[in-house]
Amino acid sequence: MNHFPQAWGRPRDDIYGHYDASFLQSSGPNQHTQSPVVTGTSVIAVKFKDGVVVAADNLASYGSLARFTDVKRLRTFNDTTVIGFGGDVSDMQYLDRVLSSLDIKESYANDGHHLNAKNLHTYLAKVLYKRRSDFNPLWNQLLVAGTDDDGKPFLSSADLLGTTFSAPTLATGFGAHLAQPLLRRIVPDEAAVGGITQEAAVAAVKECMKVLFYRDARSLDKYSIAVVTNEGIDLKEDEKLEAQSWAFAEGIRGYGTQVS
Amino acid sequence: MAALFGQDALTDNGPGYAFSQAPSSAAGGIRERSFYPYTDNGGSTLGIAGEDFTILAGDTRSTSGYNINTRYAPKVFKIGGDDSEGTNATIILSVVGFAADGQILKERLDTIVKMYRYQHGKPMSVKACAQRLSTILYGKRFFPYYVHAILGGLDEEGKGALYSYDPVGSYEREQCRAGGAAASLIMPFLDNQVNFKNQYVPESGEGHALQERPRVPLKRKETEELVRDAFTSAVERHIEVGDGLQMLVVTKDGVEEIYSPLKRD
Repeated sequence: MNHFPQAWGRPRDDIYGHYDASFLQSSGPNQHTQSPVVTGTSVIAVKFKDGVVVAADNLASYGSLARFTDVKRLRTFNDTTVIGFGGDVSDMQYLDRVLSSLDIKESYANDGHHLNAKNLHTYLAKVLYKRRSDFNPLWNQLLVAGTDDDGKPFLSSADLLGTTFSAPTLATGFGAHLAQPLLRRIVPDEAAVGGITQEAAVAAVKECMKVLFYRDARSLDKYSIAVVTNEGIDLKEDEKLEAQSWAFAEGIRGYGTQVS
Repeated sequence: MAALFGQDALTDNGPGYAFSQAPSSAAGGIRERSFYPYTDNGGSTLGIAGEDFTILAGDTRSTSGYNINTRYAPKVFKIGGDDSEGTNATIILSVVGFAADGQILKERLDTIVKMYRYQHGKPMSVKACAQRLSTILYGKRFFPYYVHAILGGLDEEGKGALYSYDPVGSYEREQCRAGGAAASLIMPFLDNQVNFKNQYVPESGEGHALQERPRVPLKRKETEELVRDAFTSAVERHIEVGDGLQMLVVTKDGVEEIYSPLKRD
């Protein structure tokens, strides 16, 4: 016994030789993503009576640095589905390629069958779950929006662990804290979806993007917004936040320009 | 002895240790926190077997940390049956813990039970299904499905059958079992109300002569009320439980689903 607690219970060097720390080496031939690098922040989405509204800002951060300010984090599939990506941007771009090749593969059959949002969500969730089971996760949280087999609005989430869930309103990242309560006030449950118009849904989402820009330090006032219905997708990728009011900042110590 | 355990025990020359203090970083540079492949999605489940029925219930809340993911994520599923909806199924399964593993486990068991019927031309018995589920779980002994599974159905004699599992496949047939976040709150209540633990026949004697209240099978209606009481109480005391209560009841007539709201706070 000695007085180095961190040495207690470990093999003695004079008996077992020096501890081989080589397996702790962090450089090697194949490294897995153990943490995200360039990241996108919140994605928010809400169902309405004919479809779903999704939005995400156009920023890709490198830690606290606002590194890329024109990154589109919503992608469409088949003109029926919108996928919003939060988390690692390189993994998003990988998934984007995976989806493009899936689209081509599915088009070969040319049998008039198309993958809808529900099918796509299942596919992506399985990809993510497979990668987490290989200890090589794709560091993203996705929102998949569109319509299901019956043409009803569909909105579901899948994340890097393969966890999936569905709700009338969804938000990833900071949005889960800031936007989700605001959206739930408008659409509290599945029964309320039928009473929400497209205009109301779009207005709610825009308001949430504003709140997120006010309070999320890794956000931007440039964002993409998509409305997906059975009629198709209306995707706008160069929206600017409107009617901002920073008057509230005056009253908050540390937020505004007070000096004492 | 001084040479072995001297002051220079942590230096490189002489007897000592390969690390300077504790090895917090790799020899070659930074070492990142490794990826942890599990999470806890909260929620609770409960199963009770009766004379000619079995009830499996679960709340419908899904959480991550203090966030509510959704207020409706079912934890109780029909297994087998004729189609993807589980029409005419006779076996039910509840999974609570890590939801992604639970989903995969449910899908695997469902496929196996369906394949069994296609291959053998008869539905799988609960007993066989219970053993199979254990084998599936043990198959991932060294990277387990992080779930507490409960399987329900009717046995060969038409009596309620309930099997509960640990994440690596140890299982047991029981009368009742609570699983998940509020298991520790619900299980003692069940011990008392289903198995009549700590209940005695009044004035039956003193000390060892005191007689335990004889166990009787519960009626369907009072069992449902017991389940409801268990959950409304769990909701009061556990933040990960709430939103909705989903019950699946297996009888000789098939599986009946009952949904009722719980507090959403």
